[in-house]
Amino acid sequence: MAASTDTANQGLITDKKKRYSAGVLKYRQMGYWDADYVPKDTDTICLFRITPQDGVDPIEAAAAVAGESSTATWTVVWTDRLTACDSYRAKAFKVEAVPNNPGQYFAWVAYDIVLFEEGSISNMTASLIGNVFSFKPLKAARLEDIRIPVAYVKTFKGPPTGLIVERERLDKFGRPLLGATTKPKLGLSARNYGRVIYEGLKGGLDFMKDDENINSQPFMHWRDRFLYVMDGVNKAAAATGEVKGSYLNVTGATMEDVYERAEFAKELGSVVIMLDLVLGWAAIQSMSNWCRKNDMILHMHRAGHGTYTRQKNHGVSFRVMTKWLRLAGVDHLHAGTAVGKLEGDPMTVQGYYNCCRDSYTRQDLSRGLFFDQDWVDMRKVMPVASGGIHAGQMHQLLDLFGDDVVLQFGGGTIGHPAGIQAGAVANRVALECMVKARNEGKDIKNEGPQILRDAARTCTPLKQALDTWGDISFNYASTDTSDYAVTPAMSN
Amino acid sequence: MMTNPTGRVTQGQFSFLPDLTDAEIVLQVEYGLSKGYAWSVEYTDDAHPRNTYWEMYGMPMFDLKDAAGVMTELAACRATFPEHYIRLMAFDSTRGIESVAMSFIVNRPSKEPGFGLVRMEGRNREIRYTVHSYATDRPENERGGQ
Repeated sequence: MAASTDTANQGLITDKKKRYSAGVLKYRQMGYWDADYVPKDTDTICLFRITPQDGVDPIEAAAAVAGESSTATWTVVWTDRLTACDSYRAKAFKVEAVPNNPGQYFAWVAYDIVLFEEGSISNMTASLIGNVFSFKPLKAARLEDIRIPVAYVKTFKGPPTGLIVERERLDKFGRPLLGATTKPKLGLSARNYGRVIYEGLKGGLDFMKDDENINSQPFMHWRDRFLYVMDGVNKAAAATGEVKGSYLNVTGATMEDVYERAEFAKELGSVVIMLDLVLGWAAIQSMSNWCRKNDMILHMHRAGHGTYTRQKNHGVSFRVMTKWLRLAGVDHLHAGTAVGKLEGDPMTVQGYYNCCRDSYTRQDLSRGLFFDQDWVDMRKVMPVASGGIHAGQMHQLLDLFGDDVVLQFGGGTIGHPAGIQAGAVANRVALECMVKARNEGKDIKNEGPQILRDAARTCTPLKQALDTWGDISFNYASTDTSDYAVTPAMSN
Repeated sequence: MMTNPTGRVTQGQFSFLPDLTDAEIVLQVEYGLSKGYAWSVEYTDDAHPRNTYWEMYGMPMFDLKDAAGVMTELAACRATFPEHYIRLMAFDSTRGIESVAMSFIVNRPSKEPGFGLVRMEGRNREIRYTVHSYATDRPENERGGQ
């Protein structure tokens, strides 16, 4: 359903004298709404989901979003007339009711390329999710999706390594990578922590991982952790003949700390470092440059994202975060599991994976993707599935996500009844038997449980894992699903 | 015998599974061919994790459509180098990939020598690590096939 169109007293004011006389006008009268606007190839297009306050016209609300995220303030200013102000105004050009969600509207807003500093996610986000989300006439607002023009994409360098080069460096092809987060998250001494790293990697995992809140606490200072972890990593590499890694979390209080920790990780020969999303955009882009200069894989843990990505009516969709993080330049990104303990509708999560790995992302409303997005050969991000997954779900994970993903089984490795190495073996055997079966043409989605049981006949650790966790699932309704409706208006 | 749970080098897609039979290898090769990959046979006596360039047993088979051709090459390589590591690699030339898409070991030495870890201790507890191939302890022309 299209929202109401212009009424006589709310239309664009074309008379310059009237338009710029002191006072307050409606946003749509100021030029932030243009139903006839055809976005340019160089425009950024945002799709907002807005919930106007009762009595606020949805078109006026959309115009206000365009205004507050670009040039507008609450009143008319004559200084606009010193500028080519029309080109700086974002333009809301389409508003539609969200299917089955009364009071919510999708609003399409176009932004001229001049509005954003080259290669700066900080600048782009300061506009697009700056003041506008606190704007009183809206009860709530969410940035659902974004189309970033090729011209602006090319101002970013993107992932320092990318998933193709990562595989070449690690010499691991044709299967998902396997990882585990060291548990317990907090309290292990560095010496004990390194034990978990060694056991997991020697048992068959490719990566181990610091958790997001492991930085440098009293029980384990960062230098100690790095030293013991790297001993485990290298010992496991020698024991298996494989390249191994452990995401050393270099997050710290200041950028000086972050750089110091990253330099030490490099000195010790680590192939990968890790950052927490909470560090912020400038830190992420700086460290992306550092990683590019130092041949380092950059693992991004999306710590904190749930505070603004999870609720459908307010915040920023994770698909937008994914696009920004690919531009900002990360190599790994936690993008959901669909079947694990954390939020994620399977189709919606697949949409995030597409944004990480596609060369060209196609509009796919059922996966929450509202726009085509050309990535113009930008390197690809390796998505990471982590949180409450186990070997018994291997067929589902491979079917949902394919080969280019890191599957992380933390509890599912370390909690194995026969120990950490056995846990790693169980996961690696489950993975390899499922990849083999898929390549052989088997219907793993349906035959998966039987394929795992067959493999477990000659692999006791896998049998123990299936006996322990085989029936565990987290079947809760997702809060963030696609409210799509394939209408002609929305598929243009 | 190596000390990891498999007792052997765990590189490649299927090192944790029982050795693939030739019939099973054919299925993997056919999967790769169906994706448009070019198969290649490579061998080495030094499976060091950072020994990227194993010897090529001929060029990648770009225009091959039938798995039998790969199996013929593999059989010849195995006959020539029965005590070497041999792997099959599939290359994907799709723009934006242009890399290895599959890789798995299909022949191993009867005794896998494994690797040692050499620690060079530096200042402030820092350690430089070197993974050392026991296979390379003898001169190149005296190794392999032993």
